[in-house]
Amino acid sequence: MRAIMPHLPALQVVVPLIGALLSALLRRGTTAWALALLVSWTMPLIAASLLLQVLTSGPTSYHLGGWAPPWGIEYRVDLLNAFILLLVSGVAAVMMPFARRSVAAEVDQDKQSWFYSMYLLCLAGLLGITVTGDAFNIFVFLEISSLSTYVLIALGRDRRALVAAYQYLIMGTIGATFYVIGIGLLYLVTGSLNILDIAERLGPAAAQSSRPILAALAFLTVGISLKLALFPLHVWLPNAYAYAPSFATAFLAATATKVAIYVLLRLFFSVFGIAISFEHLPVSEVMLALSVAAMFIASLLAIFEQNVKRMLAYSSLGQIGYITLGISLANEAGLTGGIVHLFNHAVMKAALFLVLGAIVFRIGSVKLADLAGIGRRMPLTMAAFVIAGLAIIGAPGTAGFISKWYLAVGAFQKGWWPLVFLILASSMLAVVYIGRVVEVAWFREPSGLAEKAKDPPLSMLLPVLVLAIATIYFGFDTQASAGIASQAAHALLAGIK
Amino acid sequence: MEVLQRFADHYNYVVTIFLMVAGLYIVIARGNLIKKLVGLSLFQTSVYLLYIEPGKIIGGTAPIIDPAFKVYSNPLPHVLILTAIVVGVATLALGLALVVRIHEAYGTIEEDEIFSREGEE
Repeated sequence: MRAIMPHLPALQVVVPLIGALLSALLRRGTTAWALALLVSWTMPLIAASLLLQVLTSGPTSYHLGGWAPPWGIEYRVDLLNAFILLLVSGVAAVMMPFARRSVAAEVDQDKQSWFYSMYLLCLAGLLGITVTGDAFNIFVFLEISSLSTYVLIALGRDRRALVAAYQYLIMGTIGATFYVIGIGLLYLVTGSLNILDIAERLGPAAAQSSRPILAALAFLTVGISLKLALFPLHVWLPNAYAYAPSFATAFLAATATKVAIYVLLRLFFSVFGIAISFEHLPVSEVMLALSVAAMFIASLLAIFEQNVKRMLAYSSLGQIGYITLGISLANEAGLTGGIVHLFNHAVMKAALFLVLGAIVFRIGSVKLADLAGIGRRMPLTMAAFVIAGLAIIGAPGTAGFISKWYLAVGAFQKGWWPLVFLILASSMLAVVYIGRVVEVAWFREPSGLAEKAKDPPLSMLLPVLVLAIATIYFGFDTQASAGIASQAAHALLAGIK
Repeated sequence: MEVLQRFADHYNYVVTIFLMVAGLYIVIARGNLIKKLVGLSLFQTSVYLLYIEPGKIIGGTAPIIDPAFKVYSNPLPHVLILTAIVVGVATLALGLALVVRIHEAYGTIEEDEIFSREGEE
């Protein structure tokens, strides 16, 4: 055990990577699932011990292959990425038991082990992006996770899944290429790829020639915004989420966009924060406007959507707007709100999409009209939907309230009180689209498809309920989520001053 | 005259940026799924140039320490781009595979025809 401890950061990537290879060799879906379960349950243990290590003794640095940074690749774990690592691997671990029946029902028999292989590859990529301290390494992991994501989406049975995957491939590759261009410009100016090293060299370099650095900032911002589906770079997301297999949708909604947001945080605050404050380019103003637009336009689109899965995808876009709003506020409360909403949204969206996965498992449809009265037939599942839905709205006593509270405080501290009203008003839109589903599901007579539905088996029900309870738990005990988020926000902002 | 001089000095960057913009334009403007992938590859390839050009130092040799040489080229961009090329090939392969599947499912690879068929569903 003691021999493994120093290698924990590398294991974050190595374990799922080996799991993906082994899974590709397996033929039976259930065996591949068992392997994926084993890996998924190992990862949070590693992430938790890393977080403990960081909490007690500060950031740790791991030199891959024994090459010292800035020449070698460094895996650097500080509070922020230890937190994200735990979030990604934790949500994946909770969701994994759900996968067996859901995937067996939605993916062809001969492709199931490939599905788990791609899932593990995606997990390896996402954890890799989070753990690494090397800017080019982020690109490699970004592409590992993206390529496996395209396959996960294309494994949906609907033929529209193929087109959705193709569109995401085009947009995702443009985004990743923009990212490489940005990193290339930074490399030309600073001669380094290590994030910490770039940040140190950027200051003197900016004094000499600031134009390539501003261009790099623009390329990186646009590239990563494509990946995190910031409005209006979101067009790939609704179809990708709507037609992917349910488990893949839940996994991606909870983790993939969150990791992209982490990269944005890292770039804005750890890399560019020191060299150029946001005053040189109106990044935070642009981001603020786009965030508010996302909060409203995406929520309005959600209100008029008949496919509930796609409705939740639009809702995700709106919620991403809140997170980027927190980033654009760039003060401690706002940034805390952004980071804690990143965490909370991952938990509640995972719960909501898993509920839809359970519904697909029972009735094979997510059209709003087919859900009439389903609450009476699947009471526990739909109760979880109501709880997680309340969290999306931001009702007090749920996790969503905590994050919106911090965002509102952040807006107040800036003196932007109209923004507080905008946060409230967009939450009202969430009331409408969540309320619409709740009304149809609970207050109508069961008819048609919903008539014969019943709660899913325990292996599917348990993850849904655990996540739903977690959204309430994190609404009361904010020490774990908001406590760490505010420390991380503090550390990020310390980089700027 | 000065403009021409600047153009000549930055000739390599002009080529890179031309390829970059041309690739991106094809991706956006073309409706044929294969042509989009061609544009995407062009776009990615331009980035390879962006990295490799500055790595070459005029008069520099391969970075092998030898008392006879003082100026070395930077090997790192080549290594990075080797990785990027692999990523590009994988992306292109996956994209083409998706186009084959789309063609099987829809009977066309024109974007507008696909969307009109989706509208019927």
